[in-house]
Amino acid sequence: MINFISYTSLIIILFLIGLQGILFNMKNILLMVMSIELMLLAINFNWVFFAFYFDDIVGQIFAILVLTVAAAESAIGLALLVVYYRIRGTISVELLNLMQG
Amino acid sequence: MYLSIILLPLLSSLLCGFLGRFLGKEGASIIAPFNIFVCAILSWIVFFEVGLSGSCCFLTVAPWIYSESLYISWGFLFDSITCIMLIIITNISFLVHLYTTSYMEADPHKPRFLAYLNLFTFFMLILVSADNFVQMFVGWEGVGLVSYLLISFWFTRLNANQSAIKALIVNRVGDFGLCIAMFLIYYNFKSLEYEVIFTLTPFRAFENIYFCGIEVDILTIISICLFIGAVGKSAQLGLHTWLPDAMEGPTPVSALIHAATMVTAGVFLLVRCSPLIEYAPLALTIISIIGGSTAILAASIGGFQYDLKKVIAFSTTSQLGYMIFACGLSKYNVSMFHLANHAFFKALLFLSAGSVIHSLADEQDMRRMGGLVQLLPFTYSAMLIGSLSLTGFPFLTGFYSKDFILELAAIIRYSISSSLQASFTYWLGCLSVFFTAFYSFRLLFLTFLNKTNISRPLIYGVHEAPLKMLIPLIVLIFGSIFLGYLAKDLFIGAGTDFWQASLFVYPTRVLIIEPEELAVSYKFLPFFLSLSGIVFAVITNKIMPLLSLKLQVTSLGRTLTFFVNKKWFWDKLNNDLIVYPLSRFGYFIGLITIDRGLIEFLGPYGISRLLSQWARNIIRLQTGQLVHYILFMVICLFILVNLNILHDIHNQIFDSKLISLFFCIYVYLAL
Repeated sequence: MINFISYTSLIIILFLIGLQGILFNMKNILLMVMSIELMLLAINFNWVFFAFYFDDIVGQIFAILVLTVAAAESAIGLALLVVYYRIRGTISVELLNLMQG
Repeated sequence: MYLSIILLPLLSSLLCGFLGRFLGKEGASIIAPFNIFVCAILSWIVFFEVGLSGSCCFLTVAPWIYSESLYISWGFLFDSITCIMLIIITNISFLVHLYTTSYMEADPHKPRFLAYLNLFTFFMLILVSADNFVQMFVGWEGVGLVSYLLISFWFTRLNANQSAIKALIVNRVGDFGLCIAMFLIYYNFKSLEYEVIFTLTPFRAFENIYFCGIEVDILTIISICLFIGAVGKSAQLGLHTWLPDAMEGPTPVSALIHAATMVTAGVFLLVRCSPLIEYAPLALTIISIIGGSTAILAASIGGFQYDLKKVIAFSTTSQLGYMIFACGLSKYNVSMFHLANHAFFKALLFLSAGSVIHSLADEQDMRRMGGLVQLLPFTYSAMLIGSLSLTGFPFLTGFYSKDFILELAAIIRYSISSSLQASFTYWLGCLSVFFTAFYSFRLLFLTFLNKTNISRPLIYGVHEAPLKMLIPLIVLIFGSIFLGYLAKDLFIGAGTDFWQASLFVYPTRVLIIEPEELAVSYKFLPFFLSLSGIVFAVITNKIMPLLSLKLQVTSLGRTLTFFVNKKWFWDKLNNDLIVYPLSRFGYFIGLITIDRGLIEFLGPYGISRLLSQWARNIIRLQTGQLVHYILFMVICLFILVNLNILHDIHNQIFDSKLISLFFCIYVYLAL
């Protein structure tokens, strides 16, 4: 039978890895976008697992929806990144500090 | 007639004050003395009706304050005390007005000056003729106010302004005492009218009340508070420092206010309240001791002053001490007698001093005078008569009142009711007779009889005063010679019924026939003391001036002279112990620490500083680093998600939650 604890743990660990990828990454925006993708994947995995667990189709519909949204988002994100790189010549996160309070 | 005495000075004061520029100097100097002259005539008629014919007059003009049991009306009471005071005030005031019209001839603000003098007369008349304490207080404060205006008459002078402020504030200390006395009187008697209070007094005698948490005798505490008022106004020991400084005003002011009338208001208050004070033996003791101390202190200081007017001012303080201590010995009629006599010879002294100062182009220092006897023979004789009268030379005015006070003191000292304070005041009084004679004749020597120290240009200008200044002097000379003899039987004659019910003396303290039984040696003692004072003045000034100079320049003599010349350092003590610490307290504690410090720190300044500090801390959070923003977002997300759980947990320990939340915020903001 499906082990509920191990699946949800896997999801949470994946999500946290994505989160930490964002938080502890000071060098590269590209890695950030990838971490966001990882988090979205964890969420998707979550949808799919619970759809299966509760035997409900809505979760799978949402998973597909999130897939499309994630694809669109990463497309826009990469486009922004390219524009940014074209202007600044670097993609270092450290130097993204023009907007301080 | 009775009311016109009161209102005429006010009328002419308003005329001179508001219409002075239209009246001009001449108009004002006709109107002001004329009104007072009418007052003087009327007050003699009042004296005849009330004093001699013995019909007191009550006039209730209008209600003033009317609330529940408090009923205060504008009422006037003309009894024996009042009619005597009316005579003194209006006559001296008229003479001073006449004198002023000539003395202030060159002053551009003469109408203003005359308006003030008239206003002063008005307030003084209100003071003496009131039939309740509140109306009396109107006059009491009014004369203080006019005293301020007149001392700072030459308002461009710094000294005059400082002295005026000093006079006003020191007087206000006494007024505070008088206020408390009035409150206590109302609290105990439920009235502020003389007749009600004095009728009820015997029924409240020797009862106790709580005052400032201490159980005290009602009448004693009231009498002491009244006496504090008298101390301020009559320049007694402790609050006497304003009177010598008040000499910064023009000389007629000194003559009218600071010799003859205003300073006697304190004595008048004690005399008026005699039915109340008589039931408070402790207060009488205090009054007599303070009065005697003032007499000797002021007299000794007067002997070492070099300012012509200050010598006379200290003499005034000393004589007021006599009056007060006569009141303390329950001899109110003698006190009033001395008051009347003193008004005449002290006005004479001051006006003569004004004449000297006038002829020397406003030189007041006696060390730069001398030898004026050939140049100002009339002023000299006026001053001599005034001084002899002041020293109590036999058969002049001062003799009849002043020596009688000492005889009474001697009687009390040697009677069976003798007490320590009686002999204390007796010896103080006797000693100050000696000093009085000494400084009076020292003044005469330094001003008139010694070799001259006047500079040559001034000598040529020395002249006898014009007629308008001489006439008051002549009248006052006659007063100083004959008044005591003429009025003796009226005031203090054995069994005189002049005072009727206006004075009250407790039966065990009545002395009518005893002074006549006094041993001759005690009767002669004051005379010999004053004679030795005169001889001492002659020795130090004429016979052996070098010896006295040598004595003065020894280290002990110098210290002593300096000590007394500086008024026993009383001013310095006042300044160092009271005035300066108080003003420092007001500045450093009141202003800097509390008003500008604590309240501002807890109020607008502190809060705005705190808010901007916090805002700066919060702004510092936004570093511009994308990663930090994400971290905060994640933290906030966690808090939001966990809020429900936290809420459940902390419901049981609500306080610590709040405290820990504030602590976290504080630590965070204080970073």
